[in-house]
Amino acid sequence: MISFTINGQLLMVDVEGDTPLLWVIRDLLDMKGTKFGCGKAACGACTIHVDGEAVRSCSYAVKYAEGKSITTIEGLGTADNPHPVQQAWVEEVVPQCGYCQPGFMMATAALLNKNPNPSDEDIDKNIINVCRCGTYYRMRKAIKKAAEINANSITNS
Amino acid sequence: MAISRRKFVVRTLLGGTGVMLGAAYLGRNSIRRSIYEMAESPDMLSYMGDVSDPLMWFEISNDNKVVLHSPKVEMGQGSFTSMVQMAAEELEMDIEQISIVHAETSTGNIDGMSTGGSTTVAGFWQPLRELSATMREMLKIEGAKKLGVEPGDVKANRGTISGGGKSLTYGEIVDGVSDWEIPETPVLKDPKDFKFIGKPIRRVDVEDKVYGTPMFGMDASMPDMLYGAVVRPDRIGARYNGADISKVEGMPGVVKIVKEDDFVGVVAKSLVEAENAKRVIKVDWKTDRNWQTSDIEAAIQVGKGDSMVIQKTGDTEGALDSEGVIMAEYKSPIGAHAQLEPNGAVAHVESDKATIIMSTQVINMTRSEVAERIGMDAEKVNIVPTYLGGGFGRRLHTPNAMQAAVMSKAVGKPVKCFFNRKEEFQKDTFRPPTHHQLKAKLDDNGNIEAFEHSFASGDVMFNSALVPGFAGTVLGADIGATRGARVQYGAIPNHRAVSWHVSLPFATSWWRSLGLLANTFAIESFMDELAIKAGKDPIQFRLDHLQDDEAGRRLKTVIEKARDMARYQDKANGNSAMGFACSTDAGTPCAHVAEVSVEGKEIKVNKVTCTMDPGFAVNPDQVKAQCEGSIIMGMSASMFERMYVDDSQLRPTIYGPYKMALMRHAPKEIDVEIINGTGKPGAVGEPPLGPIGAAIANAVFRITGQRLREMPLTLA
Repeated sequence: MISFTINGQLLMVDVEGDTPLLWVIRDLLDMKGTKFGCGKAACGACTIHVDGEAVRSCSYAVKYAEGKSITTIEGLGTADNPHPVQQAWVEEVVPQCGYCQPGFMMATAALLNKNPNPSDEDIDKNIINVCRCGTYYRMRKAIKKAAEINANSITNS
Repeated sequence: MAISRRKFVVRTLLGGTGVMLGAAYLGRNSIRRSIYEMAESPDMLSYMGDVSDPLMWFEISNDNKVVLHSPKVEMGQGSFTSMVQMAAEELEMDIEQISIVHAETSTGNIDGMSTGGSTTVAGFWQPLRELSATMREMLKIEGAKKLGVEPGDVKANRGTISGGGKSLTYGEIVDGVSDWEIPETPVLKDPKDFKFIGKPIRRVDVEDKVYGTPMFGMDASMPDMLYGAVVRPDRIGARYNGADISKVEGMPGVVKIVKEDDFVGVVAKSLVEAENAKRVIKVDWKTDRNWQTSDIEAAIQVGKGDSMVIQKTGDTEGALDSEGVIMAEYKSPIGAHAQLEPNGAVAHVESDKATIIMSTQVINMTRSEVAERIGMDAEKVNIVPTYLGGGFGRRLHTPNAMQAAVMSKAVGKPVKCFFNRKEEFQKDTFRPPTHHQLKAKLDDNGNIEAFEHSFASGDVMFNSALVPGFAGTVLGADIGATRGARVQYGAIPNHRAVSWHVSLPFATSWWRSLGLLANTFAIESFMDELAIKAGKDPIQFRLDHLQDDEAGRRLKTVIEKARDMARYQDKANGNSAMGFACSTDAGTPCAHVAEVSVEGKEIKVNKVTCTMDPGFAVNPDQVKAQCEGSIIMGMSASMFERMYVDDSQLRPTIYGPYKMALMRHAPKEIDVEIINGTGKPGAVGEPPLGPIGAAIANAVFRITGQRLREMPLTLA
């Protein structure tokens, strides 16, 4: 048995410890927002947070999640209570096919946690997922907008 | 002009919560007409198939919502949003009152055409608005009856019919109506009255895509589902010749090994167990010979294979049979689709029916292939199309559906099966490599007297399951490979284009914009070479060679607009310069000015100015998004991407080694201007891919003096 917290909920799973966390999330826990792209941590479609760090879950054995706190796109925010990154993504109408977008949003949220006001260079260095529709131009705008939304909410509160 | 009555079919919704109105949309309408027009034009798109009398369903429920069942799939191009805009406009409803889903084949006859070729919005422009307007009138007639007033005395607004001081919602009107009076097709709204069409309405799928809603083929599951894995060869030309499965039996989770004449697969309780079992199956693959990149390059050469003159004006051969001919050769490599969502399917084959949930661009073809393979009537096979995690032409070929169905039939349970990434890269239906030979002659005034584009390509349309086998014989040239291959400067007195074709030993096929990217790269780079030889401004040089007809005038407008917006400068500024290129694809002219800098051997695209005239933009924001995406996908293919063949293996097999444009490569500025040149929507999703490679290469020449004639662009 391996236990971890996912989107605020403590869970125990009975699964082979080497199973990639991605498949535990998608197939065992039936949360499909985290995507499979390559299985080799090369595209970032499966990006989630483990203890706040962006992790490519296709190449992260579930046993390493023991005792840790996981966040997936479903736990990032909801339509009623969106995360600033999701709000910015909607406002900039970023997605096209949409498949890679959860991974990008998770990577962005992790970046903004560490660096609330990333420069273009910070974005280039940290946001290294693959998008085939070529939405990078709008993503960059959305990342900056999310940083602004964050800053405004801090100022206002 | 006689206006015919449309065919409508009525179904009651389960539980009596509304009706489904199915309307024939192909009868005499523009989708079929445009297909036939295209079939006669040199740029014919091949997205053919059975086009007999399909229906499009509108589901009107008692809570006053309409669900549109789309026979076309949403793969990122944004056409679902445009379809909702068109329906809302004529139905007199709000955008929020209409939702859109993929039509399952069990809902009835869906057209046999694929989603592709930038045809969805253009094709539905007339029929969808006509159907929606007719339905609005039907609702007015029934509404008037229920309100006890004359039909002429009611108005439709925001999903309600009002008259005589009373009103009813559409949802209330449909209640209990089974016999609808169908009026003649009404006159459509004047464009000046458009509330939604032509407006930047937010994508209808944006929230689902931002909050992680399960919506893709890969996200599908069924109760009691098992996982399948198919052993696929990694070598070109490998034929299945049996398998040793002795090591698999007894492995944990393995339910069944499925041995067919042409493949072997394994079904297991979990994905990981299926993949583990797959790894120990030893398949005997037969191959005839060993292939290397050099063999492929040697095969794709102008002068080899079958040829056809696809454009001929004047006496080009005569004019080029003289001194002073300028010549250049260009090349493009094998390209992968590399869409993020792998191909796959969830299939459940039962004794008397089958259900397949998956991402496909060819709903009907998928159905008939599955039906044939499992020996079931097509009517009993329900294809449930999902949102596509990228299409780009990759999902115009879906044998994976058959394999999932065969495995499901073998175990009597639902089976989910999909490609791993290595298989995606090795079993792709690649963009074929190309070779181009350009020749031209300038006259004493520096104008082009003769221009010839000869090019060689592997299959695009040829040997595609999508088109009838006779098409190649009838057409002579591969109409996919020839996209963008013709000389678009009609004022050149002598010009011609010659297509050479060779089938390669691995599958090459439809890749977004088909031959356009490589052909435009070659022609527009060479135009730049000629302008420089002639000592002329490259943009004026192009304008000087445009013919004075509608296509020429539309391209001229686009070129001038791009030049003015970008404030085009022909001279490099230090290590930066601008490059220009343009092309017309499927009737849509597009021009790019790329602002590029070079540091060491690295080429950086800093800004792209793009102008495009798609005729009319139903959703200008999403037309812009298609331009932005095409520019980035096109620069990725032009600057980074290349598959090679190493001992019969197509490589690389993973992102990273298959280098693609990432965030750090994408231009920080993309300035798009849409021109509504005709008032009628045309192609959007592919034309803006055309000019980008040449625009970048032309800028690089101004900075470095190096003329890069091969994709991916690499500085010496």
